[in-house]
Amino acid sequence: MGLDFSVVPGWMDTILLGVVWTIAITVSAAALSFVGGILLAVIALYAPWIVRQPFRLFAWLFMGTPLLLQLFLIYFGLIQIGIDLPAFVAGVVGLGLHFAVYNSELIQTAIIAVDTGQMEAARTLGLSRTQALRKVVVPQAVRDVIPPIGNNMIALLKDSALVSVIGVTELTLSAQLAIGRTYRPFEFYLVAAVCYYVINLGMEAVLRRIERRIALSR
Amino acid sequence: MSDAQPFVEIRHARKNYGYIEVLKDISLTVERGQIVAIIGPSGSGKSTLLRAINDLDPLTEGEVLLEGVQVNKTLPHRQYEKHINEMREHIGMVFQHFNLFPHLTVRENVTMAPKLLKGISKAEADALAEEQLAHVGLLDRIDYYPSRLSGGQKQRCAIARALAMKPKLMLFDEATSALDPELVEEVNLVMKKLAEEHMTMIIVTHEMDFAASVCDRVLFMDQGYVVEEGPPEVVFRNPKEARTREFLRKHLGDAT
Repeated sequence: MGLDFSVVPGWMDTILLGVVWTIAITVSAAALSFVGGILLAVIALYAPWIVRQPFRLFAWLFMGTPLLLQLFLIYFGLIQIGIDLPAFVAGVVGLGLHFAVYNSELIQTAIIAVDTGQMEAARTLGLSRTQALRKVVVPQAVRDVIPPIGNNMIALLKDSALVSVIGVTELTLSAQLAIGRTYRPFEFYLVAAVCYYVINLGMEAVLRRIERRIALSR
Repeated sequence: MSDAQPFVEIRHARKNYGYIEVLKDISLTVERGQIVAIIGPSGSGKSTLLRAINDLDPLTEGEVLLEGVQVNKTLPHRQYEKHINEMREHIGMVFQHFNLFPHLTVRENVTMAPKLLKGISKAEADALAEEQLAHVGLLDRIDYYPSRLSGGQKQRCAIARALAMKPKLMLFDEATSALDPELVEEVNLVMKKLAEEHMTMIIVTHEMDFAASVCDRVLFMDQGYVVEEGPPEVVFRNPKEARTREFLRKHLGDAT
């Protein structure tokens, strides 16, 4: 029994809906991981000791345990303490926070690398430390780490397949649904793989545009 | 403001880095509109003294006053921050390495602080940028990023950025030391222009010619002390102290 793609067109609606959900979850989680990464980096570098500690624990938890387990904890675990998140939201939160921790590591290094003269110049103009960070230091740091953050975002896209296990019908789960009815795993997993690859190409194109725009202002 | 009160006053300034004393009991006053040059060998404490005036390098002991208001007040953190930010709005500073904001255009470099701190509108900010950049002769580069400017242009932009806050006092920390020799003059011209407009300026410099031609007073510092001070004619032509003479012999050469 060889490959038979004739069953695929009948399931294209399901697959494309999966693509839409995968893009939605990736974009939402990427946005959360970006903003969260900046906040975590600033907290790690500038917050008082007592504030830093819970965030250090948080970072350690998200870096030191499997993403799959984190998704289970957020989706199935939090219900027990009364936090009942829809699967999509749980997926975005899990993926977003997980990658926020990784982005934060990159941004912290970049903030440290920004010349101290930048902070001094901003402070001598009368800016507060917070204003100087927001307007001068962090924007420069973020520019410096856009390429490695882009790599994280591509990893995020691929890891978004994990949210299928908490019931978000994104691309991987859509393919599994089709397989369940047609018993054609090879065909549908291949279709899903091609879809991931195409989304990936799109993401890389967007990242390249952002990098080019930043390069212009250097 | 009474005339009896000095414009800038430094009282018994001391600063230690651990065991190393960088400033050893320095007191001085600067009158409104005066232009004071601080000269001396590297490591003499002149930059540290300058940076103490806006509390960028806090003193270990002593006071800095601007128009009778103490700049380096000891206050609880939040109150200190509020106080020092207000004081710094009145004290412009220009650095050796320009420290322009590389992610902002020349226009944005000049207008960022006034927009943020004085809440001026976009139209007012544009007018301010044009006014300040015309003043330093950089209007034609208004929408450039700093990376596309020459060193002299960068420093003139940094001066415009400081002036945009309408400071009462300007501090120059070796503003021309990082420039190629042929670019020094364009920055000096801007500083001379400011001098003619009676801006109060304190200038740390290695350029004896410039100090002699522009400044009202020259301070010679060595090893954390002000060794000698006076009008440039006296300090440069007829120094009293042996250390001043020795320093000038090494650094003047063609100036006298």
